[in-house]
Order: sequence, then structure tokens, then C-alpha cells
Amino acid sequence: MKNAIAITPELVAQHGLKPDEYQRILKLIGREPTLTELGIFSAMWNEHCSYKSSRLHLKGLPTKAPWVIQGPGENAGVIDIGDGLACVFKMESHNHPSFIEPYQGATTGVGGILRDVFTMGARPVACLNALRFGSPDHPKTRRLVSGVVAGIGGYGNSFGVPTVGGQMGFHSRYNGNILVNAMAVGIAKADEIFYAKATGIGNPIVYLGSKTGRDGIHGATMASAAFDDSAEEKRPTVQVGDPFAEKLLLEACLELMQSGSVIAIQDMGAAGLTSSAVEMGAKGDLGIELDLDKVPCREEGMTAYEMMLSESQERMLMVLHPAKAEQAEAIFRKWGLDFAIIGKTTDTLRFVVKHHGETMADLPIKELGDEAPLYDRPYVETPKRPVLAPENIPSPVSNRAALLRLIGSPDLASKRWVWEQYDHLILGNTVQQPGGDSAVIRIGDGPRGLALTADVTPRYCEADPFEGGKQAVAEAYRNIISVGGTPRAITDNLNFGNPERPEYMGQLVYCIRGLGEACRVLDFPVVSGNVSLYNETNGRGILPTPTIGGVGVLDDVTRAMTLAFKAAHETIILLGNTKGWLGASTWLAEITGREDGAPPPVDLALEKQTGELVLGLIRDGLVTAVHDLSDGGLAIGLAEMAMAGKIGARIDHLPPGLPTHAALFGEDQGRYLLTVATNDQIAEISRRVGTSGSDLIMHILGVTGGDSLTLPDEQPISIAALETAHEHWLPSYMAGDA
Amino acid sequence: MKSAVITFPGSNREGDVIRALRQATGHDPVSIWHQDADLPKGTDLVVLPGGFSYGDYLRCGAIAARAPVMDAVRAHAARGGLVLGICNGFQILVESGLLPGVLMRNAGLKFICKMQHLKVGRSDTAFTSHYSTGDIIKVAIAHGEGNYVADAETIARLEGENRVAFRYCDAQGDTKAGNPNGSLNDIAGIYSEKLNVLGMMPHPENLIETLVGGTDGRGLFESLSAYRGAA
Repeated sequence: MKNAIAITPELVAQHGLKPDEYQRILKLIGREPTLTELGIFSAMWNEHCSYKSSRLHLKGLPTKAPWVIQGPGENAGVIDIGDGLACVFKMESHNHPSFIEPYQGATTGVGGILRDVFTMGARPVACLNALRFGSPDHPKTRRLVSGVVAGIGGYGNSFGVPTVGGQMGFHSRYNGNILVNAMAVGIAKADEIFYAKATGIGNPIVYLGSKTGRDGIHGATMASAAFDDSAEEKRPTVQVGDPFAEKLLLEACLELMQSGSVIAIQDMGAAGLTSSAVEMGAKGDLGIELDLDKVPCREEGMTAYEMMLSESQERMLMVLHPAKAEQAEAIFRKWGLDFAIIGKTTDTLRFVVKHHGETMADLPIKELGDEAPLYDRPYVETPKRPVLAPENIPSPVSNRAALLRLIGSPDLASKRWVWEQYDHLILGNTVQQPGGDSAVIRIGDGPRGLALTADVTPRYCEADPFEGGKQAVAEAYRNIISVGGTPRAITDNLNFGNPERPEYMGQLVYCIRGLGEACRVLDFPVVSGNVSLYNETNGRGILPTPTIGGVGVLDDVTRAMTLAFKAAHETIILLGNTKGWLGASTWLAEITGREDGAPPPVDLALEKQTGELVLGLIRDGLVTAVHDLSDGGLAIGLAEMAMAGKIGARIDHLPPGLPTHAALFGEDQGRYLLTVATNDQIAEISRRVGTSGSDLIMHILGVTGGDSLTLPDEQPISIAALETAHEHWLPSYMAGDA
Repeated sequence: MKSAVITFPGSNREGDVIRALRQATGHDPVSIWHQDADLPKGTDLVVLPGGFSYGDYLRCGAIAARAPVMDAVRAHAARGGLVLGICNGFQILVESGLLPGVLMRNAGLKFICKMQHLKVGRSDTAFTSHYSTGDIIKVAIAHGEGNYVADAETIARLEGENRVAFRYCDAQGDTKAGNPNGSLNDIAGIYSEKLNVLGMMPHPENLIETLVGGTDGRGLFESLSAYRGAA
């Protein structure tokens, strides 16, 4: 091998490798790397691909349960959902590209996560997303919202998967670094899951899908760097999505898998051909030899370096049964896609790349992954904030005024403007569309279904990473319980600042501990995930945002529960303990402008008991509506139920001993609102709560009916007024009026 | 009723319409690949499903309109055979000359997916015999380019010949108030001269079950299932 280009310290730095990491490379291969090899190392050893800062801590997350078929480490997680079926799902971020080029960044985020799911043999059945934007008054926010939403829709709508749910929030800490987290969910037969592990020596390695271009070179390296004001100069590293090509790739891959010719499959995502080839070989304890002359290219004169680092979209790598290569090629030709045998598996445990007859790289394949740097970065715990006593925080406005303001505030306002741009009805299985606690989809012709949610409360994570991490998982759990689903597993998308700063590293460490604690107690393991670090601009990190994508199973989707009030004269019950927790609440921020105080703690054991009790109430038909309480507390929960059902309510009693604004807007955890039709059912619920053997309590708050929501000692608020406030903000903001 | 559903590269609601036909007729329609030159013998109904054929690149429906199978569809229509184009299928029908007019970008320039009310134009066609004229039904829309436009003469002719199959409206039947995309005369779907070709932007195939939004779309498939040839 010859080195056409000298490897200088500057070149090493441009590849995002630290001097000691370069020394590690020299020691590993015993010589100076070629430029192509340096590129390969930079792709494999960046934060995005190697998890070098987070790996140590991620080990603490629970990943097993009897229903887990595949935990983290593959393209996506897999759980058994009964009837011989498996649910395959994962969430992944596309934060940096979406800030630079919102439409394309978002489309390729959706495309990438869909590929992760169908690579495993699953047909995608739903997408969700969690979006975080800067302050609404920041000059870039409107354009970013518009581009990201159009991009998510543009890809999912064309690909043909319903986008059924998600979350969207605003905060100034995302001004220079938005978050775009996309989740995809697919269904496969439980015994027909496909993996990345290559087997057999001399088997053909096949390149499938779109051609390779110069787009996205070093995308994963960019995603592992912090932004400064010149972020937009990085635009050329953002790839362009082609949902049409992906739809063809989906159909061709599933058809190919049915034909029995696939031994191993890996999508070319971050770090493209490099990471897909290395992973397939390393997992199978095999070497890989690639002949780049065979790679279908979109542009002429591409170098080995460019081909190995291109992140062109809609591409796959497979190891095929040699006898079936011809049949496989016919399937791909039918769908008009490229098919090329570009290499073979070997017994050398080397990753060899040839171009124009010359060896451009020859590296030990296992060590490329296994010997990636692993850092135990220094971290500090976020200082504990004082608990705010509700008595010390008077309300400057009436509760009625506060409710109207909160229901129309950026984080709580209706996101209809967003989800009406997503096809959420295609496939004809969307039982609960966006706007509920969880989306509910039917699987095939039923009766089984899935409850799906994406959730996190970043301001809690900022205030107390451990409690915030717990809360994110508990909230996902609650969302699933509320629709009658049994929570099964999560995917986590950990978005944090620069791990080289101990305070941000501390946020990551304690959030992960909180997640792990909640997952363990709630029996809600992590089966897939993604870590996105260096989310900061000019030295200021984002709010710590560990987005949780939760999946639950419903045995009979026709019995799914909804949050809408169903009829007049039904009794409204609050289940759970209320202490009027205003610290780090939405009310505190929106009404008083304060973002201080400790966040509400989550009692995980009680959370589980409450959740199981609520599931029992739904299963036994004792309740007519269920809604879990979160941002904005009880008052917002009541308003949402009233608006959804177009039925009002009169609230006569609040949890006692608290200032009314704290009872109404406090964000105590582990609470649900229920409506109940008969006195017998109330008595039965009361009996179950009383014999639950825990500290769980319930309050009867009032009754449904009329066309207004009346809070204690306040003038009624008409549902029409609530709806106006709720629906008005986002469309008028996007039109430039707000 | 023997039906066939055509799949183009990029079609994505073929499964939805197959399910609707299966529920209404009791058996599966035949799936046809865009490169097939012929329709199965005895086909009564051809469906062009929703989706983004060829990615909607160039112009919605323009490439699919030139697919090999479309010659067979045109011949089928000329013989008086039934053709139903939904969403992208409607776009393909106007691009292939089977229906007049064009579908432009929505007036609001955004893709819209939501429940949408329609007013049934007439109930004496193969597609609508299970509805009554003037019925208000709730179905789904999901499109970015559904803004129906034609020259004044064409519109006058469609109206004069009573060929507007469905109009957008609100829950009370107000067509102006319920128009989501700027279509002229609130047109959501139109018939060919002989009433055997129907193109419509909304998705009746997604409203066939109480569990998933409602059953107002079922009437269209039940009408087709009951159809026994031109009177």
C-alpha cells in the first residue's frame, strides 16, 4: 500500500480524531494509515458510531425481559407481541443535519430509521417523532419548524407509513441546536427476523439500492461535533432523501427475504459502506474484502476514500447465499434498483478495500469496532435545587386566566398544524390518531394492537437529571396504560450537550441512571436507542433530552381507551397523590416566568401499582375515559378531556389543603383522571384503591356535562373558548401573526 | 364484480383499497403490475390506487400515465369498463387523458391529511348507488396536490352534464366552507362522459370500519359490488 497523501496532525484533527486516538491507530496497525484508512477510522471511532463517551454508562440499562427477542446492538430492537408476531422499533436523532438543512435533514432522519426497521425483515407500520425547537421568538424557529415538519411528512407520506404521534416543544436552549428524533415501528414474523451477522466464507457481498454519490461524506463526524456560528457552512455534508427509492428498496428487500436468499443484511446509514461492511464481518467473526470498482456510483471519478465515507441514502448491504444470487438480482431489477456483487466474506478477519487493483485499506476488522476508544469522562452531578412550597408561590392571575393561557402556550397548544401534514391514516389501521395519550394502531386485521408514544420532559431533566430520566420513562409508561396497553419496551434517544464538559457529562450519566431505575421497576426494558452528543452552540448545551419511545401491546384493540369525556353526568375521579408540585412546572414558567425549583419526584413502585390498577379498570370496563396527567397538571388534563369529547364538566372538589392554583396546575406524578358512569362502579374502584396495599388515593372531583368547564370559584370557561385558545397559537404563529 | 388493482412503483394505498374491495365483495381483487400489458379477462373494475407513483417526480401521475398497463386501462374504459382512480390514481387519470382537468398544489401549499366531509353528486352511477344524492359523507383526505383546476368551458361542461361525483363540504354541507385545497367549484371527484370512469382525491377506502374512523366510505365499494353492468 502506498500513501499518496501524508498524514499530518492537521489532517488527523480534520477527521475529528484526537492525537491520542491517532496514537491508538498507529499502535493497532503498526504503520501509518492510508488516507482511506484514516477516513475509515474516523467514521468508526466518532461519537455517533462508537458511543465512546456513553458506552460505559449505557451498560447499566436493563435490556432483557421474557418478551425481548433482540436488545440493543442490532439495527433495531425486537419484542415478541404474541400470535407469532414481533414488533421491531427504534428511535434515532437527525439533529445536526436538520438544523443546517431542515427539510432534507428531517427526511433523511425518517428514511434512516425506516431502513433500520425493514432491514430486520419488518414491514413499517407507524412512525412517530419528537421535535424540539428554539424559542418561538428566535428568528430561525419558524423556518426550522416549517422545514422539519414538511420534511418528515414529505418522506413518510410518500413512503406510505402513517405518522401517528409525537411530541413538539420549544425552549431557547434549542435556539442553535434543534432536535429531530424519529421513531419507526414495524411488524415481522417472530421467527423471520434478519440480522447483520455474516456467516460462511466466500459468500457474495451485495450492494443494493441507490447509487453512491459524494453526499454526506463525514456526516457522522459532523454529527459528533459541536456547532458554532458557521454551522450553515456544513450544508454540503447533509444528504438528500429519496422516499420513492426507499419504498422500492422496502418492497424489494422484503421480497428478497421471502425468497430465502439473505444470510445477513445491514443498511448503510451513518458512515455508509464502511460501518455496514465492518459490522457484518465483525459480528460474524469474518473478514470482508470489497472491490470498489464494482460499486454503483452516481458520479465519475470517485475515490476509495469518498466511496467508503459517502452517506448517500437508500442503500443496503447484504450477504447472500451464492446459489441464489441470480434470483435475488432478478427481484432487484424488477424494482428498478441497483444490484452489484462488490465483495466477499473471507477467513482473514481483515477488512480489505481494493480500488483499481490497488489495496487502499487493510485493517483488522474486529478491532475497528472493539478497540474503539472508550472514555470514562469526568462528570459532576447537577446541584440539587430546593423544593418549592406551593404556599410560597402566589398566583398572579385567576385560575381561569391561567388555564386559558397555558392551553394556548407553545408547548401545550394543539399540534394539529403539524400532524395534519403527516398522513396518519394510510394503511387503515390508525385506531387512535395524534392528540391522545398514545397512538393506537391495529396489527393487520386485528384484534391485537400497539400503543405507541414518544415523550420526555426536558425541563425536569435539566433540574434533576436522575428524576427527569425516571420521569421520562414513567411518562411513556403512563401514556401506554392510559389507552389500555400493556407497556412492553422502550427505545431511547439520548440528546445531550458536549460530553467533554463535566456538567453535561453529569446530565448524561444521571439521566441514564434514572432511565435504568425506572425501566427496572416498571419492567419496561430498553431494546434499542441512539445517543446524540455535542448538541450545543457556542458552548451552551441544549436541555438534557432523553426522548423515550414506548411500545405497549393491546390484546384487543377494539377495547382501547380514549381520553375524551363520553357522556354527561359521569363522575370524574382523580387517581394519585396531589401535593401541588409547582417546581419546574409549566405553570411556573408560563405564568410567573420562573424555571426554578426541584422537579416532581416519581415514586416508581407506586407508579407500577397505579398503572396496573388502571389497566385493570379499563380491562373490566369500569371506566369510560382515562387520561394521564402531565404538563399543566389537573386543569390541563380536564380541559383536554372536555375538548376531545366536546362535553363540559363542573369541578366541585379539589385535593384538599392546597392553594387552588397548586392543586390545579401542580405536576405531581403518577396521576390519572378517570370518568365513571355508575355509582356501583365508583364503589368498586374505591374498593380496589383501598385494597391496593399502597399509598394510592383517589378524589371525586365533579361531574361531566354542559358545554363549559367550571373550576371551583371561577366563572365557567366554554369549550369553544378553550378550543380557540388551544387551536389558534400554532397556525397563527406559523403564519407570522403570533 | 371482478376487480383488478394496479401497482405502480411508489403506489402505497393499494393494500387499503384491496382490503375495502375484499370486505365489500367477499374476495380479493387481482393485483396487476404496471409493466403488465393486459388486464385479466373479464375484469369489470380497474382501480388505480393512491400513493406517489414514481415519487411524484416530474409531475404527479405523469410517468405512471405512460406505463405499459395504461394502454390496457384506456381500452378497458373505451369498452365501457369501470375505472376508479383514487388520489394519485385520479392524478394518473387526468394525466392519461381519461378525465379532464389537472390537479395543482393545494391552495395552502401544504400536504393535508384529515377527515373530510363530501357531498354526493348523484346516486345513479355504478360507484354511488348505495348513497343518495346530496348525502353528506365523512371520508379521509391525504394529499399535497388535490386542487382541481380546469378551464371554464370544461367546468361548465362537467356541471352541465352532472359529472361532479363529490364536492368538498363541511359537516353541515356548506361546500365553500369545507373546501380544503382550493379546488374549483369545490370539486373532489369527477366522472367521465359515460360515467364509467371516476377520479377522486379523497380516500373512501380508509373509511370502511367503525373502529378506524367510520364507515361512510363503504357505500362506494358496496355500490361497485352490487353493480351488474350498464342498464
